[in-house]
Amino acid sequence: MSQDVLTTILGLTAVGAPAMLLAIVGLTALLGRPLSERLTARLTQVTVSIGLAASIGVLAVMLTTGSRNVVIDLGNWVALDQQHFHLHVKFIFDRLSVPFAILSFVLIGTIGAFAKNYLHREAGFQRFFLLYGVFLFGMIVASVAGTIETLFFGWELVGLSSALLVAYFHQRTGPVVNGQRVWSIYRIADAAFLIAAVTLHHNTGEGDFGVLMGSGPWPEGLAALSSDQALIIGLLLLAAAAGKSALIPFSGWLPRAMEGPTPSSAVFYGALSVHLGTFLLLRVSPILDLSIVLSACVVALGLATAVFAVIAARVQTDVKSSLAFASLTQVGIITAEIGLGFRYVALVHIIGHACLRTLQLVRSPTLLQDYRALENAIGGHLSLEADPLLRGLPDTWRERLYRFGLQRGYFDALIDNVIAAPFVGFFQWCNRQELRWAEILSGVRPEVPTEAPPTPPPPEPALVTEEHR
Amino acid sequence: MIEFAFPWLSLAVVAPLVAAALLLRRPLPERVRQISLVASTVSFLAASAAWTEMLARAATSAADRWDIGSLLGGAPLLSIDALSAPLLPLVALLFVLTVLATLRRKLQNFASAGLLISEGILLATFACREPWPIIALLAAGTIPPWIELRLNHKPLRIFTLHMGVFVALLVAGQGLLSWDSHSVLAVGLLMAAVLVRSGIAPVHAWLPDLFHNASFGTALLFVTPMVGAYATMRLVLPIAPEWVLRGITLLSVLTAIYAAGMALVQIRARRMFSYLFLSHSSLVFVGLETATTIGLTGALCAWVAIALSMTGFGITLRSIEARMGRIRLDAFLGLYEQIPRLAVLFLITGLAAIGFPGTAGFVGGELLVEGAVQIYPLMGVAVVVVAALNGIAVLRAYFRIFTGARRPVTVDLRLRPPERVAVLALIFLMIGGGLYPQPAVMQLYNAASNLVNQRAAYFGVPVPAPTLDPHHHGAITPSIESAPFSPKGSPPARTQQTLARS
Repeated sequence: MSQDVLTTILGLTAVGAPAMLLAIVGLTALLGRPLSERLTARLTQVTVSIGLAASIGVLAVMLTTGSRNVVIDLGNWVALDQQHFHLHVKFIFDRLSVPFAILSFVLIGTIGAFAKNYLHREAGFQRFFLLYGVFLFGMIVASVAGTIETLFFGWELVGLSSALLVAYFHQRTGPVVNGQRVWSIYRIADAAFLIAAVTLHHNTGEGDFGVLMGSGPWPEGLAALSSDQALIIGLLLLAAAAGKSALIPFSGWLPRAMEGPTPSSAVFYGALSVHLGTFLLLRVSPILDLSIVLSACVVALGLATAVFAVIAARVQTDVKSSLAFASLTQVGIITAEIGLGFRYVALVHIIGHACLRTLQLVRSPTLLQDYRALENAIGGHLSLEADPLLRGLPDTWRERLYRFGLQRGYFDALIDNVIAAPFVGFFQWCNRQELRWAEILSGVRPEVPTEAPPTPPPPEPALVTEEHR
Repeated sequence: MIEFAFPWLSLAVVAPLVAAALLLRRPLPERVRQISLVASTVSFLAASAAWTEMLARAATSAADRWDIGSLLGGAPLLSIDALSAPLLPLVALLFVLTVLATLRRKLQNFASAGLLISEGILLATFACREPWPIIALLAAGTIPPWIELRLNHKPLRIFTLHMGVFVALLVAGQGLLSWDSHSVLAVGLLMAAVLVRSGIAPVHAWLPDLFHNASFGTALLFVTPMVGAYATMRLVLPIAPEWVLRGITLLSVLTAIYAAGMALVQIRARRMFSYLFLSHSSLVFVGLETATTIGLTGALCAWVAIALSMTGFGITLRSIEARMGRIRLDAFLGLYEQIPRLAVLFLITGLAAIGFPGTAGFVGGELLVEGAVQIYPLMGVAVVVVAALNGIAVLRAYFRIFTGARRPVTVDLRLRPPERVAVLALIFLMIGGGLYPQPAVMQLYNAASNLVNQRAAYFGVPVPAPTLDPHHHGAITPSIESAPFSPKGSPPARTQQTLARS
């Protein structure tokens, strides 16, 4: 068997295994014949193991042969040859995608095994694993995508499954409102992503990553864009990444996402989903080299997010929110690293951080027990003294920082008051005018109430993790 | 043009009309559903057979052997071409599945007869290519919903006013065109007519009004086949000057954004659905009015995808309504625990409607963005924003209907098997079309190319050859047909009637 055939088989298996899981779990659910818990868990275990083995196989082949860029081209999904329009399906296995795919398989597989017991006999067990399948498939497709369309496909699946998992405990309105908020932010990020794609196509006539990633293997490529084009497209992609990775001003969704079950919080928002934005920046990193302004923006946004998250993390009253902001701190630093050009550092940072955070979040329901174990081990109480960083600050500043952190930087309020409220207010006004117009035309007062009652404010994110599970 | 071995088109049109006549004789209630289902199925099979035979014989157009028009020595009254061949089974399928998903108690004699008469008229419209018969059928198509509103003592004025204006504008425009084949005013009147029928802002008040007052099935089938888009392609697009199309594109984009915003603030599910549909259908118009092959192909793909997905979305919404009454979106209804599968179906159809990747709408959206950007780069951005807003509206509706504290109910909320079959069929078509879109895209691409050629012939401008761009993959190719057909060339040598026959 030639090397090309082997890598193609392995690569397709890596993508096909999660697709198989999703197809089986999805079809059986759709046809009203859901699998048993045991079978679902076993199927998950098998498909994740196959996918992981295949990914490692690709890595082994690449290491053996010294190949740095394996492309699996599945050809055109849609082709209008006379118009030279093609939607290409292409997967790339390189130094970025292979570690990310392996990381995804390892963490998602671990969480699958954890969730099997954690959600045992939970009413939403099947729903969780269906969304788990969607997420896994989305992550793998996004990781190894070779075209913008393919990446967008995975990106959307990740977004949808994340929003629905935040709203997993849907009998309470809090998680649902938070899920809706996460989805709204994701849609804004998606729009920025697509507009970037449109701009790229308009400027270059191509949708292939070749333009963004450059001619050489990652990360050494040279993107075929002018500095101005790189700035515009890069800023749009930065906005997309900010939405997906909860960078400011979109950071409000991350602690809210912790309303979901602990397994999904751990792997999705603590480890993988939150890094997808930084993965996008890494994937298109050659264009950052073309514009110093763009790189500066990336660094500034990353550092600002990190500083904000450090402050916010220190005033959280529950462990999952605290971990969410701790996670955000690292994501901010990773973003800054990407902007500064430390691509390998950022990649290693992502992998290390994702593994650590998954462990911490999975342990979060047993935090008190862990504390007790620690205190028993050291034979005394853990220190509750003020943070040494803040000790030297005047009281007024400490109070301001405290408020800033407690209000989560006022970013949610900013988005609500500056964007959402005027938008909704305008269309509610239009709705009233339309109803009035209909009344004039028909001579009948419509039965439709003119205004929606105010939506109840979303409750605070996960306060007691054990209760929310 | 070939002649079918069997009069498929006549059968497709006549079957529902005969069944409607039977229903008006008041058969037993249990027979109503059977008759409706058999007639619409026969109609669907006949329409599919017509398309299949045309494809098998590699014909560009086809008509029945004993067509009335041909027998009288003129052009055939019913005939199909690359554009109408796939649309005919699509429309028939929408009717079959809607009838299938209708609860037996909801299928009254007269309502079913009205539905079948609507189907017959609509299929005849889609199988017609001559301007005046199309206009007559478009006018006739507005009558069944009007009668239903009247019989149910619902407010009629808004619907009557808009549809009256629609018919008057059509007649005036075509009349003027018969008198002066180059009249820009005539084109403007025809364009205004189809805008009214399609509910483009600011003449859209009838759309939420119809959904509010008519039965959901009637309203759904009156709008989802998008007969206004068909009228545009047959009556307006081949002869409309570029500046008219550009203006309409702008209006359509604004409508799409406006309707997407309005869908987000509605607290009645039906009104939300009507605005969501309007937002999507306006995007189809954006593609149609680009008048480029890519844009038209995108519009046609989006048309088919939206018709399927919005019908599926509407059927699921109607299934809930049939059990719970009119749905409000200002509270969390908590229906997931009772009907989890319906929740999944609702979500999938809703996501398909917004062109979620992996569904049939995605490719249409990509092509549409491509076509729009060729004309105005900002149009592509607007289309993307509309898709984002509609996505938020769909998930908001899902959350409001299915999540929240479980409520005790005394009735069985589960879907009946026929309803399940109907929605599942639509879902498989949407996902199948999303995973393997190439055949459908090629078919619609041919139809789009024909239309572009018609415009080129009318305005005496050669079809520009696409510039070679061997590296292009994906959504945007600015080089292709970015110089649309302007009316600057020699005056049109052919009349609209000859174009329609060509």
